[in-house]
Amino acid sequence: MIELIKLNKSFGEVHVLHDISAIFMPGKSNLVIGASGGGKSVLMKCMVGLEKPETGNLFYDNRDFLALDYAQLREVRRELGMLFQGTALFDSLTVEQNIEFPLKMFTDFTKREIRERVDFCLQKVNLVGVNNKYPAEISGGMKKRVGIARAIALDIKYLFCDEPNSGLDPITSRVIDKLLKDITEEFQITTIINSHDMKTVFDIADKIVFMNKGKIWWEGDRHNLLASSKEIPELGDFIKASFFV
Amino acid sequence: MFYRPEKLKVYVKRVFEEMNNIGIGSFPIVAIISVFIGAVTTVQTAYQLVVSYIPMSVIGQIVSDSTILELSPTIMSLVLAGKVGSHVASEIGTMKVTEQIDALDVMGINASGYLVLPKIIAAMLMFPLLNIISMVLSIWGGITAGNLSGILTQAQFMEGARETFSGFVVFFSILKVFTFAFIITSISAYQGYFTKGGALEVGASSTRAVVFSCVMILVADYILAQLLLK
Repeated sequence: MIELIKLNKSFGEVHVLHDISAIFMPGKSNLVIGASGGGKSVLMKCMVGLEKPETGNLFYDNRDFLALDYAQLREVRRELGMLFQGTALFDSLTVEQNIEFPLKMFTDFTKREIRERVDFCLQKVNLVGVNNKYPAEISGGMKKRVGIARAIALDIKYLFCDEPNSGLDPITSRVIDKLLKDITEEFQITTIINSHDMKTVFDIADKIVFMNKGKIWWEGDRHNLLASSKEIPELGDFIKASFFV
Repeated sequence: MFYRPEKLKVYVKRVFEEMNNIGIGSFPIVAIISVFIGAVTTVQTAYQLVVSYIPMSVIGQIVSDSTILELSPTIMSLVLAGKVGSHVASEIGTMKVTEQIDALDVMGINASGYLVLPKIIAAMLMFPLLNIISMVLSIWGGITAGNLSGILTQAQFMEGARETFSGFVVFFSILKVFTFAFIITSISAYQGYFTKGGALEVGASSTRAVVFSCVMILVADYILAQLLLK
């Protein structure tokens, strides 16, 4: 479980996050939606430790992430996986080496165990025959899947995905959505997904957080999203615009 | 950068990889410039020695002293500031703008330690070796140019070179490239690591890395000479 309590973050004079509080449960796909510039990416960066909020608390299963020392922080980070918007695969390494990387850094697995784990992860994301290809040699959808495979290579508890469908065609987007949903449920991971894609929201979201202008304007599940959109004009506009697009 | 490594074995492997990239990869350019440094210095020294009562072996003395003390370490390092410095800055800069460094951070890996430290250690180990090769090739270039142009024989050259040879000069030369190696890799890694933006900024970081490294090499060269050559 991840709990945010009154997180605030500014860049100079610009106050990007205002008192963000939310709870994300394990085994659930938690979607953070909202227009660009609404603070979703900054929130995710704060949650994974790439940015430091000025005030507030962030708990990973009751561990105060913002108060941990360097060694403790590294321990928690080993339980995190992240799929970046641009995938952030190491372009000097092959697909296989990308997935091996966290295993070699953090486990004492033998070569055989590493190979088995890599095959397992690639199988999970339905990728075969690309082990020795470099990221530049595979498609965008494949890169996303390799990114997911690398993220789950270690037994992670928390998975963060920043715009997992950006730049993908609708069919590949659905494949990625299903993959994230299946992995979340199978491994009981707390998954947080930043997305603009309303199809993703309606397909896989167990919990939705709508952010606008650095604040949480609404949270709930996909069943009451449309009803709530009538009461909150900003949410309604976002959904309408998404559907028209 | 100096936190305890996640896995020492991985870091040692990284150092060897970087030694290969920085050291072995730079050998051809170092060899070429070194031979020509020696050759050109010989020809130009002979051109300037117009007085007939000065023995030709003086050319060997001047060429060997100047290449060992200054030309090999400094020109080699200036050239490597371009080759290694731009490579380090653009590699790390590209990793930065494509979020690969963020990916390392999120994994709990000390990104600066993993990426930068092996490069610094590798350069500090390989530059002195390259400098020794450079010194030898410069002197060989000088001897060859002297022979081919009929300026002086190998025996005359070596006679002059041996006359004033000092172990301290070689030590000083190695100390210089050791310092220059640190300057080049640390400045370039810094420029790359703090790149913000996209491809254009990676190029700008790379340029800054080379310019700052070259200037700092010359400054350090002067400071070391002041401190140690008394």
